[in-house]
Amino acid sequence: MITLKGIKKIYQTGEVQVAALQGIDLHISQGEFVSIMGPSGSGKSTTMNVLGCLDTPTEGEYTLDGFNIASASNNELASIRSRKLGFIFQGYNLLPRTTALENVELPLIYSGIKKQERKARALEALKSVGLEDRTHHKPQELSGGQQQRVAIARALVTKPSVILADEPTGNLDSHSSVEVMALFQQLHQQGNTIIIVTHEQDIADYTRRIIRFKDGRIEKDEAVADPRKAEEACQ
Amino acid sequence: MNIAESIRIALRALWVNKIRSGLTMLGIIIGVGAVIAMVGIGNGASKSITDQIQGLGSNLLTVYPGQSDSLTSKDVSVLEQGQYVQAVAPIASSNAQVVFGSSNAFVNIYGTTGSYLDVRNTSLSRGRFFTQEELADYKRVAVVGPTVVENLFGSADTNIIGKSIKVNNVPFQVIGITESQGSSGFMNNDDLIIIPITTAQLRLTGDKSVRQILVKAVSEDSMDIAQMEITSLLRNAHKLSAAQEDDFAISNQADILETMEGVTQTLTMLLGGIAAISLVVGGIGIMNIMLVSVTERTREIGIRKAIGAREIDILYQFLIEAVILSVMGGAIGILIGGGGSIIIAKLIGMTSVISLSSVIIAVTFSALIGIVFGVFPAKKASSLNPIDALRYE
Ligand SMILES: Nc1ncnc2c1ncn2[C@@H]1O[C@H](COP(=O)(O)OP(=O)(O)O)[C@@H](O)[C@H]1O
Ligand SMILES: [Mg+2]
Repeated sequence: MITLKGIKKIYQTGEVQVAALQGIDLHISQGEFVSIMGPSGSGKSTTMNVLGCLDTPTEGEYTLDGFNIASASNNELASIRSRKLGFIFQGYNLLPRTTALENVELPLIYSGIKKQERKARALEALKSVGLEDRTHHKPQELSGGQQQRVAIARALVTKPSVILADEPTGNLDSHSSVEVMALFQQLHQQGNTIIIVTHEQDIADYTRRIIRFKDGRIEKDEAVADPRKAEEACQ
Repeated sequence: MNIAESIRIALRALWVNKIRSGLTMLGIIIGVGAVIAMVGIGNGASKSITDQIQGLGSNLLTVYPGQSDSLTSKDVSVLEQGQYVQAVAPIASSNAQVVFGSSNAFVNIYGTTGSYLDVRNTSLSRGRFFTQEELADYKRVAVVGPTVVENLFGSADTNIIGKSIKVNNVPFQVIGITESQGSSGFMNNDDLIIIPITTAQLRLTGDKSVRQILVKAVSEDSMDIAQMEITSLLRNAHKLSAAQEDDFAISNQADILETMEGVTQTLTMLLGGIAAISLVVGGIGIMNIMLVSVTERTREIGIRKAIGAREIDILYQFLIEAVILSVMGGAIGILIGGGGSIIIAKLIGMTSVISLSSVIIAVTFSALIGIVFGVFPAKKASSLNPIDALRYE
């Protein structure tokens, strides 16, 4: 469902050109649970931003569900982000001073869903991340792990084709990290396609496939023989 | 997404950022309120001055002596012959120390004749004016202004009539009180004691000269003809040859009105200038808040775009926010400015005249600033890649 062909991203900062991605070819199928690993600066985030339609590549082709992203207009990109993609950030990026429920409702507002259905679906999403008793808490009243689960609920609520998470456990302690990974495994079992970035082998071990980046190129792409079960690690 | 939803999002965002919304609105309130209050008071001042001058009689001409002593009581009888002259009142004036019991005051004393009230377009609130006999007999009777009553007798005492006051140590009997006319900017017609001109010339000025002659023309339209008539009557009476200049000067109530209108216009412009500065200060306040919050708001825009908002959704949100703030701030500004100016005007004994143009200018200007500085940065931010907006520092 996701195909990248010869994706290049070149940042121009003043005189200096930084080639963050130097030709990425990648295919990810429906229902996969993939992690992207690699040293800092190897182009993981850049790739995720391209996949999430948050940024446009300098060169190359990106097809999502058979749709050519490169030729999409800004409005089409917004609509793709709204209907097909759920993005989770390392820093949560929740709207401050806004309740968990309202944060989760937000993507549904932009996809034009009516108030009642919106509320029901947001509650359901919060329930699925185990935060049904925190719906009226604001981000600053929640722990890091809880904030990230709100962000996951927000990504889930539109029932996207792909869930993208850039270092979702980067700001979390190990216990919260495992909880979040358990959530991803559960979502994967329900049939969601999930791509996460991490630089921790421990975290990558919970996924089914690991793609290793180095200097803007894919260095290695391998299946995980025996993924760890986060559910058990939680106990 | 429909408009109702956009409005709900904007209201939500305003509510969530109460402090920022409040401060922005404060800028608009200050700007709008100050303009409306200042211009209202300025307009009120000009209106009250104009009204008072008109109240004095807009068909009033005043003749002043060119050199001292050139006007006398004889001229009064000459002027009374005029065809376009309705009434004539000579005035011999002087300042004098006035004493009643333990209180004393320095008051303007007008010696005049019985036609004074008619010429001046005024009347008495109590008592009576002096009679022809009292005038002829150099009687020591006085008609006092309400300010004099207040200064000498304390509050509006009912028993003033018949009391004796001392003017330059000469006892006078109070026989009447004039109606309050208010001050007309250049003189206070309430702080005045009116006595028979004969008595004034005998006891106060010490000579037969007249300080001014008030002439009431038959109508407002005949002011110019009346002025010409007065000139020729006086030149004849004074036996001036064609080569000689007038030994008197005539001032026209309409001229005074024009001058005063010029003055009050300057006053209104001055207040308007101060108000314009407040408007600019308020505008800078709005600008500051808007620009300072751009960092936070750029992140917000990044988040909203990342989860599927279109550029137009963001723009609508910010535009509606700015419009709501401007409309609410403008409305509160109108209320506070209007109410404030009415209260201030009451306190200083004037009226406030709120002009529609000041309301429109103030509200438009503030709204424009609010909208430009609310929407322009948002427009810039919403055209960024979501990731660049999120990264904005
Ligand atoms: N906005 C940017 N402007 C300039 N260079 C950038 C920008 N974002 C990333 N880079 C550069 O691109 C390279 C890849 O960055 P990134 O994808 O964030 O790496 P990773 O997420 O793997 O740590 C780095 O060398 C980084 O310095
Ligand atoms: Mg990164």
